[in-house]
Amino acid sequence: MKPILETKNLTIQFGGLKAVDSVDLSVYPGQLVGLIGPNGAGKTTVFNLLTSVYKPTSGQVFFNGEDTQDLKPFELARKGIARTFQNIRLFKELSVLENVLVASTAQVDYSMWGACVRSAHFLSQEKKLEEFGLKLLQIFNLETKAHHLAGSLPYGEQRKLEIVRALATGPKLICLDEPAAGLNHQETHDLMLTVAKIRKDFNLAVLLIEHDMKLVMGICERIFVLDHGVKICEGTAREVQSSPKVIEAYLGPQEDT
Amino acid sequence: MKKPLLFFAFAVALGVAVDQGTGPFVQLILIYIVINMMLAMSLNLVNGFTGQFSLGHAGFMATGAYSSAYLSTVLPHFGGAGQLFDFALLAFLGGLSAAVAGLLVGLPSLRLRGDYLAIVTLGFGEIIRVILLNTPAVGGARGMYGIQGPQDLNLGGIAISRFLWAFTQASGWAVLCFFVLWRLIRSQQGRHFLAVREDEIAADAMGVDTTRTKVLAFVISSFFAGVAGSLFAHYANYLNPASFAFTRSVDVVIMVVLGGMGSLTGSLFAAAFITILPELLRPLQEQTGIDLRMVIYSLTLIVLMILRPQGLMGSREFQWGWLGKWWPQPRPKAES
Amino acid sequence: MADFLQHLINGLSLGSIYALIALGYTMVYGVLQLINFAHSDVYMIGAFAAYYTARLTGLDHNPGVGTLCVLLIGSMVTCALVGLAIERLAYRPMRNSPKLNILITAIGVSLFLQYTAQIIFGADPKVFPPVLQDAVLFEVAGVPLKLLDITVLVVTLVMMMALRFLIYQTKVGRAMRAVSTNLKVASLLGVNTDRVISLTFALGSALAGVGSVLVGMKYPKLEPFMGMMIGLKAFVAAVLGGIGNLQGAVIGGLLMGLSEEMVVGYFSSTYRDALAFGLLIGILIFRPAGLLGKNGVEKV
Repeated sequence: MKPILETKNLTIQFGGLKAVDSVDLSVYPGQLVGLIGPNGAGKTTVFNLLTSVYKPTSGQVFFNGEDTQDLKPFELARKGIARTFQNIRLFKELSVLENVLVASTAQVDYSMWGACVRSAHFLSQEKKLEEFGLKLLQIFNLETKAHHLAGSLPYGEQRKLEIVRALATGPKLICLDEPAAGLNHQETHDLMLTVAKIRKDFNLAVLLIEHDMKLVMGICERIFVLDHGVKICEGTAREVQSSPKVIEAYLGPQEDT
Repeated sequence: MKKPLLFFAFAVALGVAVDQGTGPFVQLILIYIVINMMLAMSLNLVNGFTGQFSLGHAGFMATGAYSSAYLSTVLPHFGGAGQLFDFALLAFLGGLSAAVAGLLVGLPSLRLRGDYLAIVTLGFGEIIRVILLNTPAVGGARGMYGIQGPQDLNLGGIAISRFLWAFTQASGWAVLCFFVLWRLIRSQQGRHFLAVREDEIAADAMGVDTTRTKVLAFVISSFFAGVAGSLFAHYANYLNPASFAFTRSVDVVIMVVLGGMGSLTGSLFAAAFITILPELLRPLQEQTGIDLRMVIYSLTLIVLMILRPQGLMGSREFQWGWLGKWWPQPRPKAES
Repeated sequence: MADFLQHLINGLSLGSIYALIALGYTMVYGVLQLINFAHSDVYMIGAFAAYYTARLTGLDHNPGVGTLCVLLIGSMVTCALVGLAIERLAYRPMRNSPKLNILITAIGVSLFLQYTAQIIFGADPKVFPPVLQDAVLFEVAGVPLKLLDITVLVVTLVMMMALRFLIYQTKVGRAMRAVSTNLKVASLLGVNTDRVISLTFALGSALAGVGSVLVGMKYPKLEPFMGMMIGLKAFVAAVLGGIGNLQGAVIGGLLMGLSEEMVVGYFSSTYRDALAFGLLIGILIFRPAGLLGKNGVEKV
């Protein structure tokens, strides 16, 4: 089986700093993969490279076998990569439902003309869209707040909404950037279950940046560890936990006992 | 189709009343109000709904005005009732030329950050003005005189004055503009406009073609600005590049900001208010002998931005239910 | 050859003035990321301030170095005060507002200054008092070097050296550089950002004042909208050099002056103003960061 996402020697340099240095990653269809590493390791930068927000200085990103070099972020999104952001980037002045609907463009096929004359096709599609959006929101228990302003939601629900919104694009791979940041134990546990559920129900591959080790070790089938822009380890949860390089990266050099 | 026709019918009725009951001065103001409404609504699409800052709206209006005026000298005319077709076509062509201008200006500039886009659009507006100033074919600095306009006419025994003609046309376009924008905004394309305004990077990540969205907003906006220009040209029968200077763009910006960036109905109210304001201030001007209008305008801008940047209506639209209460209801937030 | 040298001198002279005004734009942009639309009108007020200073001190028919100094002081002080007032009253309340709103406010301030000036000073143009004798100092390679041009160059040089000293050799200057790099962090480190920003405005405005006197020496016409064209050109110069970059403002100003002079000298003077617009649009489309600016990558 070919990987749905693959990077080869992915590198980006900002001035003199190599934020990401020759990183090789792969994610297989339906796989749940974690990307971890100390702060500043370059994880979010990798995400930005994967989603074409940044262009690599060298190296390549392949999505479904296709080189993403010349694709713009929105084109890549339409091909099936969705993401959430480390600092929440919701459309604050739009309603919860509208946030989801923006991302649902794939479901829409009426023309602007149809919209202007309010054709029957437009009306029926809009209705279907709304149902689609509400159903997605239901998975995360947000459908009761569908018409509230996204910016008025409590923090935890905003994080959830970002995931729903990303799901609405109909992706094959979803990249979650620290989805558990700021959540308490119970919320993190719920998130774990939800991520596993959407992976199954939507037949998705998931790439996850996280600092919460319990979450990562709990659900990830494969983990990549980054430190100072370089991949220092890859493997299962157990393999990563016992790797001396990883321990050193997080805890500092071990003293001889 | 019901609502637009209703509004149009109301406008026509208003036109008839004004035609019968008032004189040319009030009629002129009313036409200007309608023209300004179109300018404000169309600029709001770009500035308010899509969050891009365009300071060159006068340039697009000028493009439409001059194109339409020029074409009216070279295209064949239909007399009598055929006028309707004439001027509708001219307005459409004026809008089209402005839309093309919008495309040409928008494509290279819309990747610039807020302040830079503002400067480029300002520059474009000025360049258009300078070009017109130096084009003898359209009158140059002296201006273009004797532009054809709607004439008084007799339709099967009913006398329709030039004003009523022009007002009906203008209202027709304004109603069209309003409903097109209103309905577009409440569609997937509209959600794209708003998403670009809220967060371009997130919009990109959600599959929104942000460049195309911004350019589209620009083009639609310029089209209606061009139509407004055409209506202006054929009613005033005279054009001068000086009427399309930066001050004119600022006027429209004030209307949009005052009414609320993101409120179509707000733009309507603000446009009417700003059009009438100079006349309201005229007694003051006559008494004191000084023209305080621009001073008041600019102070209003500053104070508005500091104290109430959302303008009159923010991003809310007028609701008929408000007529029953005194103050507009806030948008529903958390309901527990 | 003599022609070319003459154009060169004129271009440098003009460019120096653009540089002075461009510095004001760039300094304010550096600390606030704001395009101060009102800067060109502060320049205009400087010119009028010099005019009235001359009349009040009875120096309006007395060209000489003393008059030059008095007018410079009068203009610089007035401009600094106006700049401070604008910052305090119009921009500071908007410190945390969206950029678009601040831009609108800046436009409002600019218009307010123009039209208030029109009411106070009257719309009919006034004549700047003679500052220095229009004499020829000496000739170089057949080209007369006028006192006025030399003065422009000398004054500009002095001002820039003073500015350079302030920014790179003093504590206050260091604070300014800190604020323009990162306002939040600077304030966390104990810099009084409000004071620094006020100072930046005062300095930038004062430089505009200098520019207005230097222009007034050669082109004595004064009217309330006189700032617009020169302000635009200085702004283009700032963008050309890379807005926010001080050296860029100087280089941009000189380039702007030289190219304008060359276009007028060797092509036609009708395109003098169009050059500025054309350059602006060209830069923004092809290299928005300008010559010395950096293309910042937004952190996502």
